[in-house]
Amino acid sequence: MNSTNRTVVVTGVGATTPLGGDASTTWEALLAGRSGVNLLEEEWSAELPVRIAAKIAVEPGTIIPRPQARKLDRSAQFALIAAREAWADAGFTARAGEDPSVDPDRLGAVVASGIGGVTTLLDQYDVLREKGVRKVSPHTVPMLMPNSPAANVSIDLGARAGAHTPVSACASGAEAIGYAIEMIRTGRADVVVAGGTEASIHPLPMVAFGNMMAMSKNNDDPQGASRPFDVDRNGFVMGEGSGAIVLESAEHAAARGARVYAQAIGQGISADAHHITQPEPSGNGIGNALQNLVENTGISGTEIAHVNAHATSTPQGDLAEIKALRKVFGNDVDHMAVSATKSMTGHLLGGAGGVETVASVLALYHRLAPPTINIGSLDPEADADVVTGEPRALPAEGPIVALNDSFGFGGHNVVLAFRAV
Amino acid sequence: MAATQEEILEGLAEIVNEIAGIPTEDVLLDKSFTDDLDVDSLSMVEVVVAAEERFDVKIPDDDVKNLKTVGDAVDYILKHQG
Repeated sequence: MNSTNRTVVVTGVGATTPLGGDASTTWEALLAGRSGVNLLEEEWSAELPVRIAAKIAVEPGTIIPRPQARKLDRSAQFALIAAREAWADAGFTARAGEDPSVDPDRLGAVVASGIGGVTTLLDQYDVLREKGVRKVSPHTVPMLMPNSPAANVSIDLGARAGAHTPVSACASGAEAIGYAIEMIRTGRADVVVAGGTEASIHPLPMVAFGNMMAMSKNNDDPQGASRPFDVDRNGFVMGEGSGAIVLESAEHAAARGARVYAQAIGQGISADAHHITQPEPSGNGIGNALQNLVENTGISGTEIAHVNAHATSTPQGDLAEIKALRKVFGNDVDHMAVSATKSMTGHLLGGAGGVETVASVLALYHRLAPPTINIGSLDPEADADVVTGEPRALPAEGPIVALNDSFGFGGHNVVLAFRAV
Repeated sequence: MAATQEEILEGLAEIVNEIAGIPTEDVLLDKSFTDDLDVDSLSMVEVVVAAEERFDVKIPDDDVKNLKTVGDAVDYILKHQG
C-alpha cells in the first residue's frame, strides 16, 4: 500500500464531445474523419467576429435530470457524464463502497477545467443586473468554482481519497491525469477518476479569445476551419465537452479482473517561462517537458509509435511542438504517427487533455491512429509523419507507446505517456 | 385576494417540483423540506424567493430557519401574505 513506484493502468474511458455523447461514438467519428465544428445559430453570435464552434453532440440536459442539472454549471455536467461513463466502463456497478470492489477511502477524483464555470458567472451577473439581488441563484458559487467538476465527481462516485483540480489553461486536463497517475504511483490511492472539462461557448469568451487573434475566423467554412499543420491554418476553433479515464494500480485492476486498455507510464512537465500566451518558438520549453518525461519514465523514442499532438491550428504553436519532438527524439520521429484530433473536435481547452487521452488510449488499444483532417497542403516546416486521410494502423505487436501532448497559455507543458498492453 | 391554504399548498408543491423534482402529490403539509423533499439549505433559498414572488409575501432570512415542514411554510404565508 505504501509502495512508492506502483504500476498504473487505464481501465475505463468516458467522453462527451462535439463528435458524440460517449467515448465509442467519439472514437468512431475520429476514425471517420468527421468534423464537429458548425456555424453558431444563436442570436448572440450574429455580430461576433468568430461565429463557429464545436458544440457538444448530445446536450447534457437530455441525460442529467433537471433538478440536478440546474445546480451544475455546464462544464460540471459534461464532467459528470464522462466520469460516470468511464466508471461504468471500468466495470464498477455502483458508487465506491456500495460496489465492494473499490474502497471509497482509496478512490480519488481529479478533474480539471481551464476556465471553470464561466457561463454561470456571466449568466448570474445578467440576472443580477436585469432581475435584482433576490433572483441571483444561491447555487452560483458552488457552480462557478473551478473545482466544482472534481467535487461533483467525488460526491457522485464516493471518492474520499482526495478531489483535485489542477489549473493550467489548455494543459489542465492532461495535468489532472498526470496528477492522478502520481496519486496511484505513490500509494495515495488505488483508483482515480481523472479528466478535463470545459464549457465556454458563450459570447464573452468567444470575443475575448477572438480579440487575442487566437481563433480562426473562417466563418464561411466551419468544418474546414480547424486545420492543424496545414499551411493555411489561422487559429483554433473553440470546442466544448469532457473526457475522463479510470486509472488504477495494476495490482488493484488484476485483483478484480478488470480489462486494461493501456499502462499509464507517466508524465513530463515543464514551463516555458517565456510569454503569457505565445509558445516558446524554438520548441525548447516543450522539449524540456519531453526530456522530463524520458527521465521520469525511461522510455525511448524508438518505442513511441503515436503522438496525439496538442496542435491547435495556430501558426506558431503547431511548429514549436514538432521542433521539440525532433529536438528530443531526432530521427525516431519519422516512425511516429502524429494525429491532431483538434482538427475534428475543435479545441476543448481544459477538456482537451481529457478527450485526447481517451483518444490516445483507444489508439493503443485498437492499434489505430486517427487521421488529421483539413490538411490540403502540409506545412513543409511540420517535419513529421502527420496521419491524413484514412486511420493509420500502428504496429500490431509489442508494447508500443503513445504520447498525449497538452500545452496551455502561461507556458504550461504537459506530456503524458501510455503503453499498449 | 389572499390565497387559501389549499392554494398555497398547491403553489408550494409546484415550486418544490420545479426546484427539487419531487412529484407535486408528494408535497404534503407534514413533509420536511430537508429530510423528505431533497431541498437543502441552498435550494430552500430558491423555494423562499419563488414563494415570495408567487404569494406577495416577504420571508426574512431569520424566519426561513423556522420553516422546517411544508405546513410551517403554508402557515407562515397564510399569516403574512399581502
